[in-house]
Amino acid sequence: MTSPLILTPNLDRPDDVYAELLAAHDGLTKAQSDALNARLILILANHIGDQATFIQALTKAKGAGSNDRPHDGGHD
Amino acid sequence: MNKIFETPLYPYARNRDQDADHPPRHKVIVVGAGPVGLAAAIDLAQRGVPVVVLDDNDKVSFGSRAICFAKRTMEIADRLGVGQAMVDKGVQWNQGKVFFGDRKVYDFNLLAEAGHQFPAFVNLQQYYIEHYLVQRIRTLQADGASIEIRGRNRVTAVRPHDSHTALTIDTPDGPYSLEADWLIACDGAGSAIRAMMGLDFIGRVFEDNFLIADVTMEADFPTERWFWFDPPFNTGQSALLHKQPDGVWRIDLQLGWDIDKTEEQKPENVIPRLKAMLGEDTGFELEWVSIYTFQCRRMARFRHDRVIFAGDSAHQVSPFGARGANSGFQDADNLIWKLQLVLEGLAEDSLLDSYDAERVAAAEENILNSSRSTDFITPKSDISRIFRDAVLDLSEHHPFARPLVNSGRLSLPTVYDGSVLNSGDRLPGADAGTRPGAPCPDAPLGDGFLLPQLGHGFTLLTLNADAPDVVEEAGLTIPRLAVTTDADETGALAARYLGTAGSAVYLIRPDQHVAARMETYDDGAIRAALRRAIGQEYRP
Ligand SMILES: Cc1cc2nc3c(=O)[nH]c(=O)nc-3n(C[C@H](O)[C@H](O)[C@H](O)COP(=O)(O)OP(=O)(O)OC[C@H]3O[C@@H](n4cnc5c(N)ncnc54)[C@H](O)[C@@H]3O)c2cc1C
Repeated sequence: MTSPLILTPNLDRPDDVYAELLAAHDGLTKAQSDALNARLILILANHIGDQATFIQALTKAKGAGSNDRPHDGGHD
Repeated sequence: MNKIFETPLYPYARNRDQDADHPPRHKVIVVGAGPVGLAAAIDLAQRGVPVVVLDDNDKVSFGSRAICFAKRTMEIADRLGVGQAMVDKGVQWNQGKVFFGDRKVYDFNLLAEAGHQFPAFVNLQQYYIEHYLVQRIRTLQADGASIEIRGRNRVTAVRPHDSHTALTIDTPDGPYSLEADWLIACDGAGSAIRAMMGLDFIGRVFEDNFLIADVTMEADFPTERWFWFDPPFNTGQSALLHKQPDGVWRIDLQLGWDIDKTEEQKPENVIPRLKAMLGEDTGFELEWVSIYTFQCRRMARFRHDRVIFAGDSAHQVSPFGARGANSGFQDADNLIWKLQLVLEGLAEDSLLDSYDAERVAAAEENILNSSRSTDFITPKSDISRIFRDAVLDLSEHHPFARPLVNSGRLSLPTVYDGSVLNSGDRLPGADAGTRPGAPCPDAPLGDGFLLPQLGHGFTLLTLNADAPDVVEEAGLTIPRLAVTTDADETGALAARYLGTAGSAVYLIRPDQHVAARMETYDDGAIRAALRRAIGQEYRP
């Protein structure tokens, strides 16, 4: 079962979640931060489970970056 | 020290063709007496097709090379008469450990499905398999089969014609010429035939070198597959330890790209590396050392009219996942029954195009899998290493991450989905593992197993269903194998072949892949399925 990717506000307390995310990286080196992000992405991907939803998230994440637009054709 | 690969098994002997006035014509010539060429030749001989095998060497393959053989290979080898020998000699294993840095991150068990004659894998040196295949050829010869293996016969020129292929062969007595109606090129990754015909071999070279060492040791390592990512004794690289028969262990050490291959292979450089891995006090002896670079590539097409490529000559994969020899056996298994039908005039030669389609798809699947393993083992960018390490760190604590760890996805046979030889699936509710195109899974049957009952030709397998005892169609006589699930004590037969259906009728190809399935016997549908499976219902 594919559940559509939620792209409307879905966090009760967005400021709290954002602060938690930053706090988790406090005091980490760049390498440690990269590793933490990677582990987090993998845990969340497994939680999502559905491959189509995950790919939607990946596509949206790619499409929203202003810096990498020239690389992927810049659509959407 | 094992001397099996130093003894000539098929020494050069002068043959009458060398004294002929005109190049003698043979129905089928196989070039290369590696596992794939030998398997193809045995299959032909068992089918009564005369065959000559030419090899530039006279011994089994030097060193172990392939060591990990999958169940499907044993099933094919069983049909060729050497399956049991492989199991008797091979080392069976189910357990493994994965290490990351200086710690073990998890243990695994392959949890092989029960109810199969053959184990999921055995570890066995490639030279044993080649030896068994050569012995099998000797037995066939003693039984009067027309199969010949000519050592130190090196093919030096190949000229394809519309009606045949002409060959020049070099021997210790000088050159001679032969012609073949059909030429099967099993002359390995560096295929001379492919090169002489100017054919492509395109793909990806992985910029990495691996030191591979077979050592004998009396050590109490368990019979398990141990894989290290970034171990202290090989920092930033990987390592593998796996057991073979005769107290031989396979050690695989990633070395990186910028190395001096000649230097690295010298015992004075190899031994310290192995000591660091095995421990200073472990006594061992080097049996074989080699360094290799990965390639993942294939020919665009495996069939070039009357010249057909099989095994490493047609496709090459990285060893992680054990897909080289294992997939080569499937090539031979797929090709030979088709060639027999063409030779007997029962099928058009376009049936051979289905070999091309089915085995090119299989090669793609194997290349995809082995490229992914290689990318995990050898991350190609900073970010891929970050993700790789994240997976390994997570795998220590969370089972979800373990399926993401990729130190080689062990070889499974390819399902020929979408093949023109398949008929539509007409058995709703049945397991996908027996869908048209799939290789038949084994199952307990009476005192034995299902697959050995299937024989060398097409079979009509009926489960709890009525059908004629033989079907004659398109010049073929198809015997019926009638089984019921009354005595199916394990339930495996029903689970694999019926699912929720009450009865089933399967048309099974000579290579034990499903051609068609339906709930009850439908004469018209079975006959159409048979014609389709021998290439009569389509034109490419
Ligand atoms: C280190 C290593 C580990 C491996 N591990 C595994 C594994 O665990 N599992 C697995 O399935 N595969 C494995 N493989 C791959 C496996 O060894 C090959 O896929 C397999 O040998 C291919 O068989 P082949 O018959 O196609 O070719 P080959 O075994 O290469 O045989 C080709 C034959 O052709 C002969 N020949 C060549 N040119 C000519 C000529 N001009 N005239 C006459 N004869 C000629 C050669 O002498 C040779 O006998 C491994 C390979 C390596 C190198």
